[in-house]
Amino acid sequence: MLMAWIWLVVLLFSVISGIFSERTIDLGAAIAEGSQKGISLAIGMAGSMCLWSGVGTLMDRAGLTGLLAKLLRPLLHRIFPGTRTDPALERDLSANICANFLGLGNAATPMGIRAAKRMTDPRQPQTATDQLCRLIVLNTASIQLIPATVAAIRSQLGCAAPFDILPAVWITSLCSAGLGVTAAWCIGKVWRT
Amino acid sequence: MTGYIVPAILILATALALHKKEDAYGLLVTGAADGLKLLLSIIPTLVILLTAVTMLRSSGGIEHLSRWLSPVFRLFSIPPETAMLVLIRPFSGSAALAVGAELMATYGVDSQIGRTAAVMLGSTETTFYTVSVYFGAAGIQRTRYTIPAALIADLTGFVMSSLTVRLLFP
Repeated sequence: MLMAWIWLVVLLFSVISGIFSERTIDLGAAIAEGSQKGISLAIGMAGSMCLWSGVGTLMDRAGLTGLLAKLLRPLLHRIFPGTRTDPALERDLSANICANFLGLGNAATPMGIRAAKRMTDPRQPQTATDQLCRLIVLNTASIQLIPATVAAIRSQLGCAAPFDILPAVWITSLCSAGLGVTAAWCIGKVWRT
Repeated sequence: MTGYIVPAILILATALALHKKEDAYGLLVTGAADGLKLLLSIIPTLVILLTAVTMLRSSGGIEHLSRWLSPVFRLFSIPPETAMLVLIRPFSGSAALAVGAELMATYGVDSQIGRTAAVMLGSTETTFYTVSVYFGAAGIQRTRYTIPAALIADLTGFVMSSLTVRLLFP
Protein backbone atom coordinates (compact mmCIF):
# COMPACT_ATOMS: atom_id res chain seq x y z
CA MET A 1 0.00 0.00 0.00
CA LEU A 2 2.92 2.33 0.67
CA MET A 3 3.90 2.35 -3.01
CA ALA A 4 0.34 3.30 -4.01
CA TRP A 5 0.59 6.43 -1.86
CA ILE A 6 4.06 7.28 -3.17
CA TRP A 7 2.72 6.88 -6.72
CA LEU A 8 -0.20 9.25 -6.03
CA VAL A 9 2.05 11.84 -4.38
CA VAL A 10 4.49 11.71 -7.31
CA LEU A 11 1.66 12.21 -9.83
CA LEU A 12 0.12 15.13 -7.92
CA PHE A 13 3.50 16.73 -7.30
CA SER A 14 4.37 16.49 -11.02
CA VAL A 15 1.08 18.06 -12.10
CA ILE A 16 1.43 20.89 -9.56
CA SER A 17 5.06 21.63 -10.52
CA GLY A 18 4.01 21.47 -14.17
CA ILE A 19 1.23 24.02 -13.68
CA PHE A 20 3.44 26.46 -11.77
CA SER A 21 6.39 26.13 -14.12
CA GLU A 22 7.33 28.95 -16.50
CA ARG A 23 7.81 26.49 -19.34
CA THR A 24 4.91 24.79 -21.08
CA ILE A 25 5.12 21.17 -20.19
CA ASP A 26 3.54 18.21 -21.97
CA LEU A 27 3.09 15.64 -19.23
CA GLY A 28 1.24 13.31 -21.59
CA ALA A 29 4.35 13.02 -23.73
CA ALA A 30 6.45 12.45 -20.63
CA ILE A 31 4.21 9.53 -19.62
CA ALA A 32 4.49 7.89 -23.03
CA GLU A 33 8.25 8.42 -23.09
CA GLY A 34 8.78 7.15 -19.54
CA SER A 35 6.96 3.86 -19.99
CA GLN A 36 8.93 3.13 -23.16
CA LYS A 37 12.16 3.94 -21.30
CA GLY A 38 11.35 1.14 -18.86
CA ILE A 39 11.28 -1.42 -21.64
CA SER A 40 14.37 -0.07 -23.43
CA LEU A 41 16.30 -0.13 -20.18
CA ALA A 42 15.22 -3.69 -19.43
CA ILE A 43 16.21 -4.94 -22.90
CA GLY A 44 19.54 -3.14 -22.71
CA MET A 45 20.26 -4.69 -19.33
CA ALA A 46 19.24 -8.23 -20.25
CA GLY A 47 22.63 -9.35 -21.58
CA SER A 48 24.76 -8.43 -18.60
CA MET A 49 22.10 -9.52 -16.11
CA CYS A 50 22.03 -13.00 -17.66
CA LEU A 51 25.79 -13.27 -17.89
CA TRP A 52 26.48 -12.18 -14.32
CA SER A 53 23.79 -14.32 -12.86
CA GLY A 54 25.47 -17.23 -14.68
CA VAL A 55 28.88 -16.26 -13.35
CA GLY A 56 27.47 -16.00 -9.83
CA THR A 57 26.13 -19.55 -10.03
CA LEU A 58 29.46 -20.71 -11.45
CA MET A 59 31.48 -19.06 -8.68
CA ASP A 60 29.23 -20.57 -6.06
CA ARG A 61 29.61 -24.13 -7.38
CA ALA A 62 33.31 -23.64 -8.15
CA GLY A 63 33.92 -23.58 -4.40
CA LEU A 64 34.40 -19.85 -3.99
CA THR A 65 31.65 -19.90 -1.39
CA GLY A 66 33.50 -22.49 0.68
CA LEU A 67 36.78 -20.60 0.41
CA LEU A 68 35.12 -17.37 1.45
CA ALA A 69 33.43 -19.08 4.38
CA LYS A 70 36.84 -20.23 5.61
CA LEU A 71 38.28 -16.72 5.33
CA LEU A 72 35.26 -15.22 7.06
CA ARG A 73 35.20 -17.62 10.01
CA PRO A 74 37.31 -15.57 12.48
CA LEU A 75 35.29 -12.44 11.76
CA LEU A 76 32.01 -14.34 11.95
CA HIS A 77 32.91 -15.73 15.38
CA ARG A 78 33.52 -12.20 16.64
CA ILE A 79 30.35 -10.59 15.27
CA PHE A 80 28.08 -13.56 16.02
CA PRO A 81 29.29 -15.37 19.17
CA GLY A 82 26.52 -17.94 18.68
CA THR A 83 28.39 -19.43 15.71
CA ARG A 84 31.16 -20.68 18.01
CA THR A 85 28.89 -23.29 19.55
CA ASP A 86 26.32 -23.84 16.80
CA PRO A 87 27.81 -25.25 13.57
CA ALA A 88 24.45 -25.17 11.73
CA LEU A 89 24.11 -21.46 12.46
CA GLU A 90 27.67 -20.88 11.28
CA ARG A 91 26.94 -22.73 8.02
CA ASP A 92 23.71 -20.82 7.29
CA LEU A 93 25.24 -17.47 8.16
CA SER A 94 28.34 -17.83 6.05
CA ALA A 95 26.27 -19.19 3.16
CA ASN A 96 24.03 -16.13 3.46
CA ILE A 97 26.93 -13.69 3.45
CA CYS A 98 28.74 -15.48 0.59
CA ALA A 99 25.64 -15.68 -1.63
CA ASN A 100 25.04 -11.97 -1.10
CA PHE A 101 28.69 -11.35 -1.93
CA LEU A 102 28.36 -13.21 -5.23
CA GLY A 103 25.16 -11.35 -6.08
CA LEU A 104 22.86 -14.36 -5.66
CA GLY A 105 20.21 -12.48 -3.69
CA ASN A 106 17.52 -15.11 -4.27
CA ALA A 107 19.74 -17.83 -2.84
CA ALA A 108 20.90 -15.69 0.08
CA THR A 109 17.52 -14.88 1.60
CA PRO A 110 16.32 -18.41 2.54
CA MET A 111 19.63 -19.16 4.29
CA GLY A 112 19.57 -15.82 6.06
CA ILE A 113 16.05 -16.50 7.29
CA ARG A 114 17.12 -19.91 8.60
CA ALA A 115 19.98 -18.26 10.47
CA ALA A 116 17.62 -15.58 11.81
CA LYS A 117 15.26 -18.22 13.19
CA ARG A 118 18.12 -19.90 15.04
CA MET A 119 19.14 -16.57 16.57
CA THR A 120 15.85 -15.91 18.34
CA ASP A 121 15.77 -16.27 22.10
CA PRO A 122 13.35 -19.06 23.13
CA ARG A 123 12.44 -17.13 26.29
CA GLN A 124 11.42 -14.03 24.31
CA PRO A 125 10.69 -15.33 20.81
CA GLN A 126 9.20 -12.05 19.59
CA THR A 127 12.09 -9.78 20.56
CA ALA A 128 15.10 -9.30 18.31
CA THR A 129 18.34 -10.47 19.94
CA ASP A 130 21.57 -8.48 19.61
CA GLN A 131 22.93 -11.01 17.13
CA LEU A 132 19.78 -10.80 15.03
CA CYS A 133 20.02 -7.01 14.90
CA ARG A 134 23.59 -7.31 13.67
CA LEU A 135 22.58 -9.88 11.04
CA ILE A 136 19.95 -7.54 9.61
CA VAL A 137 22.36 -4.59 9.59
CA LEU A 138 24.97 -6.69 7.79
CA ASN A 139 22.37 -7.74 5.21
CA THR A 140 21.14 -4.21 4.62
CA ALA A 141 24.69 -2.99 4.00
CA SER A 142 24.99 -5.20 0.88
CA ILE A 143 28.59 -6.27 0.35
CA GLN A 144 28.84 -7.34 -3.29
CA LEU A 145 31.76 -8.44 -5.44
CA ILE A 146 30.10 -7.54 -8.77
CA PRO A 147 27.19 -5.07 -8.66
CA ALA A 148 25.85 -6.64 -11.88
CA THR A 149 22.54 -4.79 -12.18
CA VAL A 150 24.14 -1.37 -11.90
CA ALA A 151 26.89 -2.31 -14.33
CA ALA A 152 24.18 -3.50 -16.72
CA ILE A 153 22.41 -0.14 -16.56
CA ARG A 154 25.69 1.69 -17.10
CA SER A 155 26.65 -0.30 -20.17
CA GLN A 156 23.14 0.06 -21.58
CA LEU A 157 23.55 3.84 -21.32
CA GLY A 158 26.73 3.65 -23.40
CA CYS A 159 29.37 3.56 -20.70
CA ALA A 160 32.73 2.39 -22.04
CA ALA A 161 33.95 0.96 -18.72
CA PRO A 162 30.87 -0.02 -16.70
CA PHE A 163 32.99 -1.71 -14.04
CA ASP A 164 35.26 1.24 -13.28
CA ILE A 165 33.11 1.93 -10.22
CA LEU A 166 34.09 -1.41 -8.61
CA PRO A 167 36.73 -0.06 -6.17
CA ALA A 168 34.38 2.74 -5.10
CA VAL A 169 31.55 0.24 -4.53
CA TRP A 170 33.79 -2.08 -2.51
CA ILE A 171 35.18 0.68 -0.28
CA THR A 172 31.71 2.14 0.24
CA SER A 173 29.99 -1.10 1.20
CA LEU A 174 32.83 -2.17 3.51
CA CYS A 175 32.59 1.18 5.30
CA SER A 176 28.81 1.07 5.63
CA ALA A 177 28.82 -2.55 6.83
CA GLY A 178 31.64 -1.82 9.28
CA LEU A 179 30.09 1.32 10.68
CA GLY A 180 26.60 -0.22 10.72
CA VAL A 181 27.71 -3.27 12.71
CA THR A 182 29.80 -1.09 15.03
CA ALA A 183 26.82 1.19 15.60
CA ALA A 184 24.60 -1.82 16.30
CA TRP A 185 27.21 -3.12 18.74
CA CYS A 186 27.44 0.19 20.61
CA ILE A 187 23.68 0.75 20.75
CA GLY A 188 23.24 -2.87 21.87
CA LYS A 189 25.52 -2.23 24.86
CA VAL A 190 23.32 0.54 26.23
CA TRP A 191 19.90 -0.62 24.99
CA ARG A 192 17.88 -2.26 27.78
CA THR A 193 14.56 -4.13 27.17
CA MET B 1 43.37 -1.78 -14.48
CA THR B 2 39.65 -2.24 -13.79
CA GLY B 3 39.29 -3.56 -17.34
CA TYR B 4 41.17 -6.70 -16.24
CA ILE B 5 39.38 -7.35 -12.95
CA VAL B 6 36.31 -8.75 -14.67
CA PRO B 7 38.01 -11.16 -17.10
CA ALA B 8 40.29 -12.28 -14.25
CA ILE B 9 37.23 -13.17 -12.16
CA LEU B 10 35.74 -15.06 -15.13
CA ILE B 11 38.91 -17.09 -15.72
CA LEU B 12 39.37 -17.84 -12.03
CA ALA B 13 35.78 -19.03 -11.62
CA THR B 14 35.92 -21.27 -14.71
CA ALA B 15 39.29 -22.76 -13.75
CA LEU B 16 38.15 -23.45 -10.19
CA ALA B 17 34.94 -25.08 -11.40
CA LEU B 18 36.81 -27.33 -13.83
CA HIS B 19 39.26 -28.22 -11.08
CA LYS B 20 36.30 -29.37 -8.98
CA LYS B 21 35.03 -31.38 -11.98
CA GLU B 22 31.93 -29.20 -12.29
CA ASP B 23 30.35 -28.52 -15.69
CA ALA B 24 31.32 -24.85 -15.86
CA TYR B 25 29.49 -24.19 -19.12
CA GLY B 26 26.26 -25.84 -17.98
CA LEU B 27 26.36 -23.83 -14.74
CA LEU B 28 26.78 -20.58 -16.67
CA VAL B 29 23.76 -21.37 -18.82
CA THR B 30 21.51 -22.38 -15.90
CA GLY B 31 22.55 -19.28 -13.96
CA ALA B 32 21.89 -17.07 -16.99
CA ALA B 33 18.35 -18.46 -17.20
CA ASP B 34 17.83 -17.42 -13.56
CA GLY B 35 19.09 -13.95 -14.42
CA LEU B 36 16.52 -13.65 -17.16
CA LYS B 37 13.75 -14.67 -14.76
CA LEU B 38 14.94 -12.05 -12.28
CA LEU B 39 14.92 -9.40 -14.99
CA LEU B 40 11.45 -10.42 -16.13
CA SER B 41 10.16 -10.01 -12.59
CA ILE B 42 11.39 -6.41 -12.33
CA ILE B 43 10.29 -5.16 -15.78
CA PRO B 44 6.68 -4.22 -14.84
CA THR B 45 7.83 -2.12 -11.85
CA LEU B 46 10.57 -0.58 -13.96
CA VAL B 47 8.01 0.57 -16.56
CA ILE B 48 5.55 2.01 -14.03
CA LEU B 49 8.20 3.78 -11.97
CA LEU B 50 10.13 5.21 -14.91
CA THR B 51 6.83 6.70 -16.07
CA ALA B 52 6.48 8.41 -12.70
CA VAL B 53 10.10 9.56 -12.59
CA THR B 54 10.00 10.91 -16.15
CA MET B 55 6.89 12.93 -15.30
CA LEU B 56 8.53 14.24 -12.19
CA ARG B 57 11.66 15.18 -14.14
CA SER B 58 9.97 16.92 -17.07
CA SER B 59 7.58 18.87 -14.81
CA GLY B 60 10.55 20.26 -12.92
CA GLY B 61 9.42 18.48 -9.74
CA ILE B 62 12.78 16.80 -9.18
CA GLU B 63 14.57 20.16 -9.35
CA HIS B 64 12.22 21.60 -6.73
CA LEU B 65 12.76 18.61 -4.48
CA SER B 66 16.54 18.75 -4.68
CA ARG B 67 16.53 22.52 -4.17
CA TRP B 68 14.49 22.18 -0.97
CA LEU B 69 16.63 19.38 0.35
CA SER B 70 20.01 20.72 -0.72
CA PRO B 71 20.94 22.25 2.69
CA VAL B 72 20.64 18.83 4.34
CA PHE B 73 22.49 17.09 1.52
CA ARG B 74 25.29 19.67 1.51
CA LEU B 75 25.73 19.06 5.23
CA PHE B 76 26.62 15.43 4.45
CA SER B 77 28.38 16.45 1.18
CA ILE B 78 26.05 14.31 -0.91
CA PRO B 79 25.13 15.84 -4.31
CA PRO B 80 21.56 17.21 -3.91
CA GLU B 81 20.70 15.98 -7.42
CA THR B 82 20.62 12.45 -5.98
CA ALA B 83 17.91 13.42 -3.44
CA MET B 84 15.18 11.28 -5.04
CA LEU B 85 17.46 8.25 -5.12
CA VAL B 86 18.52 8.62 -1.49
CA LEU B 87 14.89 9.02 -0.39
CA ILE B 88 13.52 6.01 -2.28
CA ARG B 89 16.45 3.58 -1.88
CA PRO B 90 15.55 2.17 1.59
CA PHE B 91 11.93 1.49 0.53
CA SER B 92 11.95 -0.01 -2.95
CA GLY B 93 14.76 -1.65 -4.90
CA SER B 94 13.20 -1.40 -8.35
CA ALA B 95 12.09 2.19 -7.77
CA ALA B 96 15.68 3.05 -6.82
CA LEU B 97 16.87 1.31 -9.99
CA ALA B 98 14.48 3.40 -12.08
CA VAL B 99 15.46 6.66 -10.37
CA GLY B 100 19.18 5.82 -10.60
CA ALA B 101 18.97 4.89 -14.28
CA GLU B 102 17.18 8.14 -15.01
CA LEU B 103 19.87 10.10 -13.13
CA MET B 104 22.64 8.39 -15.10
CA ALA B 105 20.84 9.10 -18.38
CA THR B 106 20.17 12.75 -17.50
CA TYR B 107 23.61 13.70 -16.18
CA GLY B 108 25.67 11.15 -18.14
CA VAL B 109 27.00 7.77 -16.96
CA ASP B 110 30.53 9.07 -16.49
CA SER B 111 29.55 12.32 -14.78
CA GLN B 112 30.13 12.81 -11.07
CA ILE B 113 26.41 12.52 -10.36
CA GLY B 114 25.93 9.52 -12.65
CA ARG B 115 28.80 7.67 -11.01
CA THR B 116 27.67 8.58 -7.50
CA ALA B 117 24.20 7.24 -8.31
CA ALA B 118 25.73 4.00 -9.61
CA VAL B 119 27.90 3.51 -6.51
CA MET B 120 24.91 4.25 -4.26
CA LEU B 121 22.84 1.61 -6.06
CA GLY B 122 25.67 -0.93 -5.91
CA SER B 123 26.55 -0.52 -2.27
CA THR B 124 23.25 -0.14 -0.44
CA GLU B 125 20.20 -2.35 0.04
CA THR B 126 16.44 -1.97 0.29
CA THR B 127 16.65 -1.65 4.09
CA PHE B 128 12.96 -1.69 5.03
CA TYR B 129 12.25 -4.57 2.70
CA THR B 130 15.09 -6.63 4.18
CA VAL B 131 13.99 -5.83 7.73
CA SER B 132 10.39 -6.84 7.02
CA VAL B 133 11.35 -10.07 5.22
CA TYR B 134 13.71 -11.28 7.96
CA PHE B 135 11.68 -10.19 10.96
CA GLY B 136 8.47 -11.40 9.35
CA ALA B 137 9.94 -14.85 8.72
CA ALA B 138 11.46 -15.10 12.20
CA GLY B 139 8.25 -13.85 13.86
CA ILE B 140 9.89 -10.86 15.54
CA GLN B 141 7.60 -8.07 16.81
CA ARG B 142 10.04 -5.93 18.78
CA THR B 143 12.82 -4.85 16.45
CA ARG B 144 14.64 -2.81 19.16
CA TYR B 145 17.49 -0.78 17.63
CA THR B 146 17.72 -2.60 14.28
CA ILE B 147 16.22 0.17 12.14
CA PRO B 148 18.31 3.05 13.54
CA ALA B 149 21.48 0.97 13.16
CA ALA B 150 20.55 -0.05 9.60
CA LEU B 151 19.83 3.57 8.70
CA ILE B 152 23.26 4.58 10.05
CA ALA B 153 24.72 2.00 7.64
CA ASP B 154 22.64 3.47 4.78
CA LEU B 155 23.70 7.04 5.54
CA THR B 156 27.34 5.92 5.66
CA GLY B 157 26.79 4.30 2.26
CA PHE B 158 25.41 7.49 0.72
CA VAL B 159 28.14 9.70 2.18
CA MET B 160 30.91 7.27 1.21
CA SER B 161 29.53 6.88 -2.34
CA SER B 162 29.83 10.61 -2.87
CA LEU B 163 33.27 10.70 -1.25
CA THR B 164 34.81 7.73 -3.09
CA VAL B 165 33.57 8.95 -6.47
CA ARG B 166 35.03 12.40 -5.79
CA LEU B 167 38.37 10.91 -4.73
CA LEU B 168 38.69 8.14 -7.35
CA PHE B 169 37.33 10.11 -10.33
CA PRO B 170 38.59 13.65 -9.90
